[in-house]
Amino acid sequence: MCGIVGLYLKKPELEGQLGKLFEPMLEAMTDRGPDSAGFAIYGDEVADGWVKLTLQSAEGYDWTTLMGELEGRLGCSLDWFQNASAAVLKVHCDEASVRAALAELAPNVRIMSAGQSIEILKGMGLPKEISQRFGLAKMKGSHIIGHTRMATESAVTMEGSHPFSTGADLCLVHNGSLSNHFRLRQELKRQGIPFETENDTEVAAGYLTWRLQQGDSLKEALDKSLEDLDGFFTFAIGTRNGFAVIRDPIACKPAILAETDDYVAMASEYQALASLPGIEQAKVWEPEPATMYIWERA
Amino acid sequence: MKTIDLSSTSVRELNQSLHGEVQDREWLVTQPGGKHNLAVGVNQAVSIDIQGHAGYYCAGMNQKASITVHGNVGVGVAENMMSGSVRVKGSASQAAGATAHGGLLVIEGDAGARCGISMKGVDIVVGGSIGHMSCFMAQAGRLVVCGDAGDALGDSLYETRIYVKGTVKSLGSDCIEKEMRAEHLEELQELLGRAGFDEDPASFKRYGSARQLYNFKVDNASAY
Repeated sequence: MCGIVGLYLKKPELEGQLGKLFEPMLEAMTDRGPDSAGFAIYGDEVADGWVKLTLQSAEGYDWTTLMGELEGRLGCSLDWFQNASAAVLKVHCDEASVRAALAELAPNVRIMSAGQSIEILKGMGLPKEISQRFGLAKMKGSHIIGHTRMATESAVTMEGSHPFSTGADLCLVHNGSLSNHFRLRQELKRQGIPFETENDTEVAAGYLTWRLQQGDSLKEALDKSLEDLDGFFTFAIGTRNGFAVIRDPIACKPAILAETDDYVAMASEYQALASLPGIEQAKVWEPEPATMYIWERA
Repeated sequence: MKTIDLSSTSVRELNQSLHGEVQDREWLVTQPGGKHNLAVGVNQAVSIDIQGHAGYYCAGMNQKASITVHGNVGVGVAENMMSGSVRVKGSASQAAGATAHGGLLVIEGDAGARCGISMKGVDIVVGGSIGHMSCFMAQAGRLVVCGDAGDALGDSLYETRIYVKGTVKSLGSDCIEKEMRAEHLEELQELLGRAGFDEDPASFKRYGSARQLYNFKVDNASAY
């Protein structure tokens, strides 16, 4: 099953309310996904030359020591804060160097996301627990996509939770299941794409990462995914400036979109949109199969 | 008139009160919030107005009741309806009127994929367009579409008659265009009138089964 939700604000003055508007949307999808939940929020952007990473580790991890060691190793400005089991790190340095230093200093710390804007926060438990754990209601930003998981293809773990990072400031959430993920994973591994789980969505994320590395635009990569991914899916893809929604050609999995002057919202079911202000007057419609819908700020 | 506010009353309470002995013939359901299974299994001649969007399987298994949704509906509206009528003022998601045996389903907006899948006698009139695989294995009843139809219309069709005003993206296996005779114009006029659409029956085309998949053909035995 699984539920997916996304909210994109058209007006900057609404950005302070992003978390507050989104929290009930995520929680409304509890019936579709009680195993784990997560979200990718875009905002609090770092300047050019800086990179922002979201890190996750076990509860009680000593982030202060790690950050001290990392600053010494990299020798560049660094800012960070802890959020429950996650830490958001901002470094005036290139991403590859940070990744290399982290791999050496803290091999058990997982990098959830990297970019200038994105933060991915996720974990096991009911959507309500996840949103409370990370303080979703108080978060600010321009857009956000989220996922509630009912696991079918692989184990219930933090690593198997969505969203999955697919590159700098890019992420993917998925409702559905892929039937050719095993073969595709082998092929992508040969192309140098690393995998951490047996999860089918991670393969879709890895596929998009690979296509983007090959020079495809997001639109081209998604077009090709319709040919190469076998199974049923509704995807929501977060980008630095907006988000995209695409359904498989036979539209097995649900999706609904709503648009007003203030926002564009998507969800697996209308129930998740019912709490949004002005929804009664919104344009509400179901996306066509095999058709891409993209909203981005210029 | 009886009013049920779903922000303070559960869906189960709504349905159970509709299943019991009712004094009121007119019901108003407010704050539906996209909830699933609204007004399902009603078996008496009441009129129910749902003020807003409804979720999955709204008005499923309806008998005798007249149900209007003033908004959109999710998957499977009026699935397995036996009699009565269901009107959706907005659009419907997939599998509208699936397997329904009787009654009238009117969708004023568009219907998604698999509209009227395996329908068994219901009449469905759609003001807008319908998605792919509509009327798959449909057995009886009529489907009227004032807009366009998606891919594979009427695949493996039995005896449902389909009328489409706009374009058909493609026909499914064993579904063909058929001649529009006087009795068809008459039946279409009657359906459009009952649904409240002011359309000219002569601007529609009729589709039906070529009846080539009905029986096993001995020539194909070697394929099995």
